[in-house]
Formats: sequence, structure tokens, C-alpha cells
Amino acid sequence: MPEVMTATRPAEFVAGGGTILDVRNLQAWYGESHILHGMNFNVNAGEVVTLLGRNGAGKTTTLKSIMGMLAKRTGSVRFNDREIIRTTSDKIARLGIALCPEERGIFASLDVRENLLLPPVVRPGGLSLDQIFELFPNLKERLKSQGTKLSGGEQQMLAIARILRTGASFLMLDEPTEGLAPVIIQQIGHTIARLKKEGFTILLVEQNFRFASTVADRYYVVEHGKVIDGFSNADLAANMDKLHTYLGV
Amino acid sequence: MQALFAQLLVGLINGSFYALLSLGLAVIFGMLNIINFAHGALYMMGAFCAYFLLNLTGLGYWWALLIAPIVVGIFGMILERTLLRWLTGLDHLYGLLLTFGIALIVQGIFQNYFGSSGLPYAIPEQLRGGMNLGFMFLPIYRGWVVVFSLVVCFATWFLIERTRLGANLRAATENPTLVRAFGINVPRMITLTYGLGVGLAALAGVLSAPINQVRPLMGADLIIVVFAVVVIGGMGSIMGSIITGFALGVIEGLTKYFYPEASNTVVFVLMVLVLLVKPTGLTGRAA
Amino acid sequence: MTTITDTTLPITPRAVRDEMIVFVIMAALLALVPWTGIYPFFVMQALCFALLACAFNLLIGYGGLLSFGHAMFLGTAGYASAHALKVWGLPPELGIIVGVLAACALSVITGYISIRRQGIYFSMITLALSQLLYFIYLQTPFTHGEDGIQGIPQGRLFGILDLSKPTTLYYVVLVGFLGGFLLIFRTINSPFGEVLKAIRENEPRAVSLGYKTDHYKLLAYILSGSLAGLAGALKVFVAQNASLTDVHWSMSGEIVLMTLVGGLGTVFGPVVGAFVIIAMQQYLAGFGQWVQVIQGVIFVTCVLTFRRGVVGEIAHLFRRSL
Repeated sequence: MPEVMTATRPAEFVAGGGTILDVRNLQAWYGESHILHGMNFNVNAGEVVTLLGRNGAGKTTTLKSIMGMLAKRTGSVRFNDREIIRTTSDKIARLGIALCPEERGIFASLDVRENLLLPPVVRPGGLSLDQIFELFPNLKERLKSQGTKLSGGEQQMLAIARILRTGASFLMLDEPTEGLAPVIIQQIGHTIARLKKEGFTILLVEQNFRFASTVADRYYVVEHGKVIDGFSNADLAANMDKLHTYLGV
Repeated sequence: MQALFAQLLVGLINGSFYALLSLGLAVIFGMLNIINFAHGALYMMGAFCAYFLLNLTGLGYWWALLIAPIVVGIFGMILERTLLRWLTGLDHLYGLLLTFGIALIVQGIFQNYFGSSGLPYAIPEQLRGGMNLGFMFLPIYRGWVVVFSLVVCFATWFLIERTRLGANLRAATENPTLVRAFGINVPRMITLTYGLGVGLAALAGVLSAPINQVRPLMGADLIIVVFAVVVIGGMGSIMGSIITGFALGVIEGLTKYFYPEASNTVVFVLMVLVLLVKPTGLTGRAA
Repeated sequence: MTTITDTTLPITPRAVRDEMIVFVIMAALLALVPWTGIYPFFVMQALCFALLACAFNLLIGYGGLLSFGHAMFLGTAGYASAHALKVWGLPPELGIIVGVLAACALSVITGYISIRRQGIYFSMITLALSQLLYFIYLQTPFTHGEDGIQGIPQGRLFGILDLSKPTTLYYVVLVGFLGGFLLIFRTINSPFGEVLKAIRENEPRAVSLGYKTDHYKLLAYILSGSLAGLAGALKVFVAQNASLTDVHWSMSGEIVLMTLVGGLGTVFGPVVGAFVIIAMQQYLAGFGQWVQVIQGVIFVTCVLTFRRGVVGEIAHLFRRSL
């Protein structure tokens, strides 16, 4: 694949390991249900950090809480050293965080082009449309199709593509490989690796840890709304048995 | 024959109002999930605004077409910010009740100051008179109402279906939480959308002022017919609302010619028939 | 999403007992009215509307369906009874039955049409149907249009009770009200009522349990319409006329207002609400259209800050079911 991405990373991007996201004692509720009981973790600049865990552990809720999409949340979430626990989601997006949701969130009443252009550019340094089409060529052919007429893999590409345009430097990807064919999963893996090389910081939620292991730098294991373990990619082999127990695999 | 075409024209005119009002209702319902019972009262305010502009400031019809929708639209946006905002998350029916209450307040106040009889508003000079088309005599103003309404409806459709702003609106109608998480100020968009719907109603009011007199209750009976129009057409599609509105106006006009006693009720009867055959409405998305 | 009647507390034997006690108190108080010097016609009118509001409440409070067209039952029964009494010369008891049957028939037809849609569409359809009926009544000769049917004879109920005597009429109306009220009460606390509540709370689950929810909703609608008809028939004796105002959508709006003020979904709320609104209308009779404005303000205030209504707030305060 040709080397297309020449995006310059924004100035406040702390090169070489500053903490981009710092989450402490994050608790969150969906209505009356208490889902997160105190999440503690952080993500450093340029890393790919993966949250692993069973269904219902609270991984998606964590991403949504960071994004400000849950009304009731307490604790501390610091992004680039700025407290965002009380901030509304539109303002959080404008700080440079973008979410690719689990359900993909492709809008049926918009065509592919409109879906792609929907998220506004919030910071300089995002990918241009040409750069996006070179990453995801099949999107270019389907621009006029209704958003939901795309295949699962294409919708996932679209969901990732549209947040690359915004200039957000911190991406949260919720189960990007769920339900997709192996060849598409590989493609997504390549894309994430490329994004990492370009300096994006990525918080990934994945149940498929074999996939995660191809891109992640660090892992946290989530259970019942809390982080119960964490280790780096280097120690993955050593922790395999533990992981199997956690994930019930 | 002349009489038939005359009734058809009346039907088209009524259809214009049905289309403009049901379009506004549909847009508001899509974004806010509220059936805006106050729509009739806001239509009335548009007409009164035109009346005040003329009689208090001397600003005529053409100014009114511009100013009334803006003024009433702003009033609507204030209503949305102060009252309707509190309804998010509540059952839809509360929206109906709240806007019903607002309609009562607005109509009651106007009725206290202006009674129930109609105030006159003259057709603007440039649109007076008529043309003889051979098969009928066309009063210019009435032709203008139909043409202008079609233009406005089309412009609204275009705005919603073909522009970036419209894409934002459509997306926010589907999934407001996610759209907000992309950085779009959804609450502000909701307020503006309500303002747009209300503005359309007020515009219809201005158009209506020279034809129907300006009366406090002019919107009250109209809104119920518009509800029936909306049930028939379904609120799922913008184009659907427009077409249904005009079509029902024409049908009503034809009924007035062939069977005048039923003209008040034909829209409701059609609603009953559509419900028996296709409960979700003609273009409908089930509520 | 908060459903419109989340305020109802679960039915327990203790709740039923509480409600029965309040019922007895209410009946006793009402029975004493002729001795208090309160103008009986005011109370009679309030009782008719109370029954009407209770009938409406059955549908929204326990069926989850907000009918914005209940005036059509009031008016239809009124016209039917008035016609039967004045033109056919039927005795009062048959006149009432004619009215109730007319409302019942109307509720079967309109129910069949309206139940097809849920929630907000249901409300809009009932509104449109009642407007349809309004226009029909406006034009049909037997209603005498804007004048209405006037001078309806009160006659002797069962040949014995002289309804032209206010006190006698009062007790007849009271019995009618209490009977209708008890019927509703019995329905709410029956297996049928339980199914209705289940449907209101989670219709898909009720369907998956095998209940034909449309049938239950239709039955509730018919019961509600017929009892509203009873109120309409009784009102004919009180007001001695039947007019278009009874069929107009503003009347439907008042019914909703009474129930909202009293407490949607509570047992006694509609009664309290009816008395409050009727009293308010009497008191403000000289204020013209300001009554409409005030009613609008009450609507807005109740929806925003007073959703449980008078009885609902009291019930919440004392943690009882009322």
C-alpha cells in the first residue's frame, strides 16, 4: 500500500510517552443501573491500549463515559491534563477525542458521502478525503449509496474513516472487528497499525484478543466495571493462562 | 366548469396550508418527538404579526413575509428553550399536553383582546386582480399563494434532503447522542429546528391573512385537519407530507364541488379509510 | 422513558382496603350535600364530569391510551338521550339506556379504528374522529345545530322519582356516579385490570405471554366510552339541554385537564380534578376568555411541575394508593 499519510500531528501532542488520558475511579450509571464501579487506567501518547473483558464487563460503557455520552458519571477523566468528567460530549469531541461506536452508528437517512462528512473537523491535522479514499478505496465507489446498504465490513471502514477526517488525535474504537470476515479483520489491523505509525493514540475495546495482540502496546482487563489486571504486550505470552480465565475462553 | 376549477384552486390553496403546516409538524416531530399542538396558534400569530406590521408600523405584505416568520420563529425558539426542553425523556403524550396548554394560552390571550371576529388584511397591490385563463378566472393572489407555497416546500425539502445542514438534521433525528459526540451542538440544532417548523407555520399565516380573515381561532380548527393529514401521510418523509398536504387539499376542493355537505369531513373520513387499510399511513414509518 | 402513569402504585390488598375506605368517605360526604346548602346543580354537574373524567382515566391510567376525543361520547349520549326523551317521549330510565347504548355503539366503531395505532397517533386519531362527529352533528337536523336540543323533560324515574325536584335528581345522579365509579373500581382490581396494566407497562411482553392485547385495549375503550356516555345521559337531566359544546374538542381538552390536575392514573384523582375545574369555571365565569388562558397555564404547570396531580401528590406523600 502506498505511503499516503503525511498528516502533521498537532502541536500539543506530547511526543514519546506523555499521558494523554488518565482515568481514575470512573463510575457510571445507565439510569438506575450502576455499571462502572471505579475504572482506573491511563493511555500514553502514541500507544494502542486495549480493554479486554467479557460481554457486559463495562468496556463500551467506559468508552461512552469518557465521551460524555452517559448522563450520570463520577470520578476523574483527564484528557491532556484537562478534567472532562463534567464536560458535554460535543465539547469533548472538539478537544480531539473521537469515538467509533460498537454498533458503528451509520445513519440510514444519509448516503455514504454524507455519513463520511458528518463529523465536523475539530482540529487541524485530520486526513483529507483523498487520503481517506486511499486507505479505504471501496468507499469511494459507494459514495451515493444509502449508508446502511453497505456490508458490515464496509460500514466498519466508513465508521473509522469518518473520524479520521476530524483531526481528532485520540481515537476510541469499540469492537471494530466484531462480526467481520478474517480478510477484513486483517485490513483493519493494518489500518490501526498505520494510524499508530502516524502518531494517533488509540483506545481499543476488543473481545478478540488475538487480533488485539497484533496492534496493542498494553492491555487492561475489565470485569464488573473495574480494571482487575493490566500488562504490556511484551508480557502477553506469560499472562495467557490468566487471560483465558478472565475471558472464560 | 368554471366552478369546478374555482373549487380546485381553493383546494390547492388549502392544500398549500396543509402542506406547509404538516411539513413543519413533521420536522418538529422528527427532531423533538413532540406533536406541536401549538402549531395552529403559531400560524395565527404569523397572520397577526402581518396585521400588526401593517397597522402599527406601516410595513406591508412583503416585509411581513420576511419578518413574521422570523419574529414568530424566535418566539417559538424561546418556548422550546424554556418549556419544551424539560420534556426530553418523558412520554410523548406530555409533549402533546404541554403544547396544547400553550395553544390555549396564546389563543385565549388573543381572543381577549381581539374577540372572535376577523380583522381585515388587504391583498398587496402587486398581487391584485386576476387573469382570464379561458377555462377559469384566476385571481392573481391565489395563484401566488400556491406557487409560493410550492417553492417554500421545495426549498425546505432541498434544505433537509440535499444540504450538509440537512444531513446534520437527519442524522440527529436518528441518533442525537452519537451526533453530539461528533462535536455537533445538538441542543442548539433542536432549538433551530423548532424555530424552522414554527417559521413555516407563521409564513402560512401571512399567506393566509389576505384570503381568510385574521382571527384568533383561525388555527384551532385547521390544526386538527392537519393532524388528520399527518396521520394519513405518516410523518416519516418530508416529500410525503408535502404531497399528502396538497393532495388532500385538492380532494377537499373537489368534494366541495360535488358534495358540499361533506367538505368539512372528507379529510377525516379519508383518515378513517387509510387507517383501516394501512395503519401506518401512506408513507408511514410506525410511530 | 417515563411513561405517563408511572405514578400508580402496585395493587395490594391493603391498597384496595385504603381505597374502599376513601370511597365510603367520599360517598358519605356527597350524600350529605343537599343538607349543606351548597347549590345542588353545581355538585350534580361536577358529578357528571367526575364520572366522565373517571371513564377517561380508565383508558389512560390503566390502558395507557390518551383519548383526546372523549367529548364525542358525552355529546353523542347527550343528543341520543335528549332526542329519546323529548321527541320519542321515553321515560327517564329508557332515555338513559338509549344514551349509553349510543355511546357504546360509537365506542365500538371508533375504538376499532383508533386502536390500530399507538401512543401519540391514537390521540390524534381520537381528536380527528371527534371533530368529524362535531361536523356531522353540526349539520344533521335532529341536533338543531347551534341551538342544540332544549327543554328536555325530566319526568319520573321508574314512574316514581320526580326528577324535577332538585334533591331527588341529585340522589339519582349520585347513584349513577357511584355506580359508574364502582364499576371502574371493580374493573381495575380484576384480572382484566391486571392484564391492562401489564399491557400499559410492557405491551410486547404481554403479547409474548399470549395476550391478545388489542382485544383488551378495545374492551377498555368500549367500557370507557360507555361510562362516558352514562355521564352524558345524566348530564342531560341536569342541564336539560344537549348542545354542540358537548362535542367540541375544547370539551375533550377539559376532560384531559380535569384528570391531569386530579392525577392521571389515580383512582380518585379524576373526581377531585373535576370538582376543581368546575368550581374554577364557576368562579371565573365573568372573566371571559381568561378562563381558557388559565386552563392553558394549568396544563403547562401540571406537565412541567405537577405531573402527579393533586391526588397523586397526596398518595405519594403518604405512600398509599389513591
